[in-house]
Amino acid sequence: MTHHEPTHRWIVTPQTARFTEPLVLQSGAVLNGYELVYETYGRLNADRTNAVLICHALSGNHHVAGYHSEQEKRPGWWDNMIGPGKPIDTERFFVIGVNNLGGCHGSTGPSSPNPDTGKPYGADFPLVTVEDWVTAQARLAEHLGVERFAAVVGGSLGGMQALQWSIQYPDWLDHCLVIAAAPKLTAQNIAFNDVARQAILTDPDFNGGHYYGGPGPKRGLRLARMLGHITYLSDDVMGSKFGRALRSGSYQFGFDVEFEIESYLRYQGDKFAESFDANTYLLMTKALDYFDPAQDLEGGLAEALRPAQANFLVISFTTDWRFSPQRSREIVEALLSNKRNVSYAEITHGHGHDAFLMVDPYYHGVVRAYMEKIKL
Amino acid sequence: MTGNGMLRPDYALIGQWVKPGSRVLDLGCGDGELLRELMDSRQVTGYGVEIDDASILACVKKGVNVIQGDLEQGLSGFENDSFDYVILSRTLQTMRHTEGILKEMLRVGRQGIVTFPNFGYWKNRVQVWQGRMPRSADMPYQWYDTPNIHLCTVRDFEDLCAQHDLNILERVVLTHGRPVTLLPNLLGSLAVFRFEHRR
Repeated sequence: MTHHEPTHRWIVTPQTARFTEPLVLQSGAVLNGYELVYETYGRLNADRTNAVLICHALSGNHHVAGYHSEQEKRPGWWDNMIGPGKPIDTERFFVIGVNNLGGCHGSTGPSSPNPDTGKPYGADFPLVTVEDWVTAQARLAEHLGVERFAAVVGGSLGGMQALQWSIQYPDWLDHCLVIAAAPKLTAQNIAFNDVARQAILTDPDFNGGHYYGGPGPKRGLRLARMLGHITYLSDDVMGSKFGRALRSGSYQFGFDVEFEIESYLRYQGDKFAESFDANTYLLMTKALDYFDPAQDLEGGLAEALRPAQANFLVISFTTDWRFSPQRSREIVEALLSNKRNVSYAEITHGHGHDAFLMVDPYYHGVVRAYMEKIKL
Repeated sequence: MTGNGMLRPDYALIGQWVKPGSRVLDLGCGDGELLRELMDSRQVTGYGVEIDDASILACVKKGVNVIQGDLEQGLSGFENDSFDYVILSRTLQTMRHTEGILKEMLRVGRQGIVTFPNFGYWKNRVQVWQGRMPRSADMPYQWYDTPNIHLCTVRDFEDLCAQHDLNILERVVLTHGRPVTLLPNLLGSLAVFRFEHRR
């Protein structure tokens, strides 16, 4: 539940939903029981027509907006987008943020106890796909009394989930916002993901994924995140933010931090390795790699999207080279060929893939305008 | 623009031409006013294509489907024969690839509708005769900041249609929003054409 505190801070408390009905995963593995951690913002209206699901990206979680406490330093990851009076206005919408299955922020995942052994699943946690996440999210919706979403929204890997929602449960959503996403990864993208995974898998402390209780593959995870981070930024923004600036003003002829960009990346890597689980990182990047609704379909993406009934808003960012505007246009074109309602905005932004998390008047203006037109 | 809440005169004309329930693609759709009007009065479905951020935002505010893109890149995202009408209002004269866009219009649509300021309008001729580039309500730009790079007259456009085997189905030339039948290339300020491929 959410409530306004007397201070400006909007304090939210995560909830846990337990599911006992077995979930058959796309891989064939079965999860007999599992938990999903979620947060909600705003109120479900009497007709239950105002629910909005927010799907998270690779390293995201359920904490999309507000603060957990007066002490929390940073708000939820999409706090600039979601909240009272914000583009996704919680005065109007009942917003749900959920941590995906396999996550490391409370939902059942590799660090959760395996009921068969009592020890953490580790590498025995089955690989999950975007389809599996959507299935699990649908069960959460039922649990919350939501039969239909006014909108399903996501950026990056979250955008893939939103797209999958429109295919898998076409009657469940009126609108679908697919932001900075792609209909499937390119070989280059899969390659980046595999380098990241190899960094983790070859860490001496990985121990076949059963590293809980030990130090864990922190070095590998740190490297994986450093690599990922480079791909989420643009060359321009790195250039303008760091350039070739040196920490001490001159070359030191060694391998310690010399350039500011090195310092920044190492800091980001360290921070991430402290707070994220390596098994979850492996699993989430695999889910990214596997996603391809058009696989095995002769008609390609257009055929894959044929069942979709939702109205779509697709958004891309000009300097996003990981999920470039061209990839978003593929989604748009498939929707056009199915004569679906779709609008597409290409945001001129210097920050690369990460731009979808930032404030930009045009970007936020489009999302706000789109959300305002949604009839409840 | 729409003075005193009236629909732009070329829009009103297009509204009469477009059959109810048809599928429409509006190229360079601006703030989406025409599509909104056609959706409301003629129950059309379709999309606008626009390059300008503020116009995209205005379309989304109106609930009009709009695709952000550059017409100069062609209409590759749209399939053959997927629209009943493809509209290009007051945009032809700003295009670099004039012939290219006309071809693309009739690739993705059965009929094209084009509106453009008539350079042959007598007031424009007078200004040129006076040694100046013309400015008017339909061409409200200085020569150095105009988006218009391929201005033409009614007669020029008809020649181009003939060259490309385009069959002109309807032609109305307007001045102050009223049709001009006498000497249209001299007395008309805004031309509106509906055309298709000669079959």
